[in-house]
Amino acid sequence: MTERYVIAIDQGTTSTRCIVFDRRGRLHAVAQQEHHQHYPRPGWVEHDAMEIWHHVRKTAAAALQSAGITLDQVAALGITNQRETTVLWDRHTGRPVARAIVWQDTRTDSLVTALASAPGADRIPGRSGLPLATYFSAPRIRWLLDHTPGLRARALAGDILFGTMETWLIWNLTGGLHVTDVTNASRTLLMDLRSLSWDPDLSAFFGIPAEMLPEIRPSVGVLGTCTEVFEGVPIAAALGDQQAALFGQTCFTPGEAKCTYGTGSFLLLNTGLSPVASTHGLLSTVAYQLSGQAPVYALEGSIAITGSLVQWFRDQLGLITTAPEIETLARTVTDNGGCYIVPAFSGLYAPHWRSEARGVIVGLTSYITKGHLARAVLEATGWQTREVVDAMNADSGLALRTLKVDGGMTSDNLLMQFVADVLDVPVVRPMVAETVSLGAAYAAGLAVGYWPDLAALRELWHRAGQWLPDMSPSLRTAEYSNWQRAVAHTFDWIQPSGG
Amino acid sequence: MGKSVCMPGPVQSIERAAAMLRLLATSPGRRLGIVEIARSLDLAKGTAHGIMRTLQRVGFVAQDADGKYLLGDALLHLGTSHLDVNELRSRAINWADPLAARSGEAVRIGTVADGRVLVVHHVFRPDDTPQRLDTGALLPLHATALGKVLLAYDSSAFASLRALDAFTRRTVVSTRDLALSLRAVRAAGWASEIGELTPGEASIAAPIRDYGGLVVGAMGVSGAIERLCSASLRPDPRLVGYVRDAANAISRDLGGRS
Ligand SMILES: Nc1ncnc2c1ncn2[C@@H]1O[C@H](COP(=O)(O)OP(=O)(O)O)[C@@H](O)[C@H]1O
Repeated sequence: MTERYVIAIDQGTTSTRCIVFDRRGRLHAVAQQEHHQHYPRPGWVEHDAMEIWHHVRKTAAAALQSAGITLDQVAALGITNQRETTVLWDRHTGRPVARAIVWQDTRTDSLVTALASAPGADRIPGRSGLPLATYFSAPRIRWLLDHTPGLRARALAGDILFGTMETWLIWNLTGGLHVTDVTNASRTLLMDLRSLSWDPDLSAFFGIPAEMLPEIRPSVGVLGTCTEVFEGVPIAAALGDQQAALFGQTCFTPGEAKCTYGTGSFLLLNTGLSPVASTHGLLSTVAYQLSGQAPVYALEGSIAITGSLVQWFRDQLGLITTAPEIETLARTVTDNGGCYIVPAFSGLYAPHWRSEARGVIVGLTSYITKGHLARAVLEATGWQTREVVDAMNADSGLALRTLKVDGGMTSDNLLMQFVADVLDVPVVRPMVAETVSLGAAYAAGLAVGYWPDLAALRELWHRAGQWLPDMSPSLRTAEYSNWQRAVAHTFDWIQPSGG
Repeated sequence: MGKSVCMPGPVQSIERAAAMLRLLATSPGRRLGIVEIARSLDLAKGTAHGIMRTLQRVGFVAQDADGKYLLGDALLHLGTSHLDVNELRSRAINWADPLAARSGEAVRIGTVADGRVLVVHHVFRPDDTPQRLDTGALLPLHATALGKVLLAYDSSAFASLRALDAFTRRTVVSTRDLALSLRAVRAAGWASEIGELTPGEASIAAPIRDYGGLVVGAMGVSGAIERLCSASLRPDPRLVGYVRDAANAISRDLGGRS
């Protein structure tokens, strides 16, 4: 019997990857290709959806070749993607009407401010689980409709399709199937989080014709069959990248959480079968839905600046030459020397949501060395995690017992130990670092019976490392209160103009 | 070294590289563009560029935001260990995990520190049994496979070894025996240790090489003798292959020969 595999496409912010996994959930082959980042104006970030589609073709061929397998050995394909990035294209020609507007793009700033005072804006969080913010897809669709001549009429005539990246790729892979999954749809501001269907009031509020919207499907279940690239292979799962990481970390039980530590960090907590309305500034979102079953929800806390603070320390201050050297520098001292850095570079996200906040370094004395600053940089990631976890515990009523971690910063031992210390729970790292693509593969394999059930997936998860809390409660309390006082200093730095 | 090539006279590109470093060190402002460097040394721009790129690769020169060259950090810290241990972990982590997954054993990466093996990275044996992360721990050089690899390629570490402690009946305690076994390690390109640190435990390791072949660390697996070795106490060739493949992959990433 020839060995069979599951393939994941991970369409990320900087690159597109195609990864082949085997039955034991091990990475068998990988191919990757970076795409261009377009910055036409300050605050604008765009991707060329056509370029990305070509990269899917190329990486697919490269991955199959490197794995030495043929298409009949591929049991299923799973897709995971950068969330909220918005593509509009012509149903007849398949050409995008403009470059894709990326999740980091803030061009809809003033549009969102205007919409916030429009009647009906107060209904958005209750229906969609999200605050009205530039971060999500709906304002971007509206912006394109407003700024592309003739587009609204074409959209109303049913000629224009909207999709996030998975929708765009599935449409191309299947020769015209227009579908999305619940996790991606839950990031548009247009979906009712309970009924999992497009909410007519929300589409009307944003002025988005319903004709443009894809059909919403469960994340785990056959969405269609490829007629291109992977001819004959079922597309059996689609998930947003952070939800895929939660799935790949096998956080299937309420109370299980993962945090992905990269440029920014994303903490998701499985909250079970009903959405939790956050009163502490977290997002309520769909974690996944297995075909024919009720959806599983999650709370999400995003931290804007974590790895990027290390990059700032390296590139702007020049105190280190590579990111990992920050640990070496931090270990030249035994504590932070009373110094705290709050990286509110462009405001603070969860749980504060203070866009006017600006970063501070407090506690400077002549005693402080670059080693103390390095510690303060790493500790900032630890304390920001603590703030999000506190908010999650308060909102969900579930007390976090273990934090599963992944991402580039998990190679930093001092940081991982500090996270365990300040959360007072074990921090564990899985054997497969590629949790995003693994999650998409797991979901797809589960959908076609390549793996029998969630329990089987859980058995594939193995602990590669673990950090146990080792900080006295009194020190933890004292340090946390110092951090919170430092955070308070970020709020009132910028003075309201004309006041 | 097994290989030697007959070299008539000095190597021109090395002389040129040395001249370039001198030029950078003495120029006012300590930074120069490629055109100035080529002109000063009367070289074609392409030739100068090729040498500068190589010097940049090994960290002896760096480029500023305007593309001008200056002396690199690696040159300023020639005396100290040139690859940061945390950097090494970061570069190795994506190969250490698959090694643990394939071999089913715990993986460690080590470098020499104060006459011992400093554990830079540790991946648990993938069986979810309780294990403690021992990153930062110090192990004896002469009684571990990691240590033997490091000693085999670091003559000063070998020269500064003191009395060899016996941990088990199998520990190598004679310097002469150790020297002989290190020769075998160099010939084979990997090392093993069988019950020499802890009775019933064995380990297998291979070198991690940076550019030019410099050994900057060792990576290996360790576990119960009956899982790592055959009945005749020979390391399982399959495991040896996994360890060497993974170490070679890291070496390739670092720009070293594998
Ligand atoms: N050893 C380390 N210590 C602290 N930060 C690190 C370390 N290694 C990498 N980083 C940070 O992690 C980030 C890269 O992680 P990665 O998961 O690749 O991010 P992303 O997927 O967001 O691009 C960078 O911002 C870098 O500064």
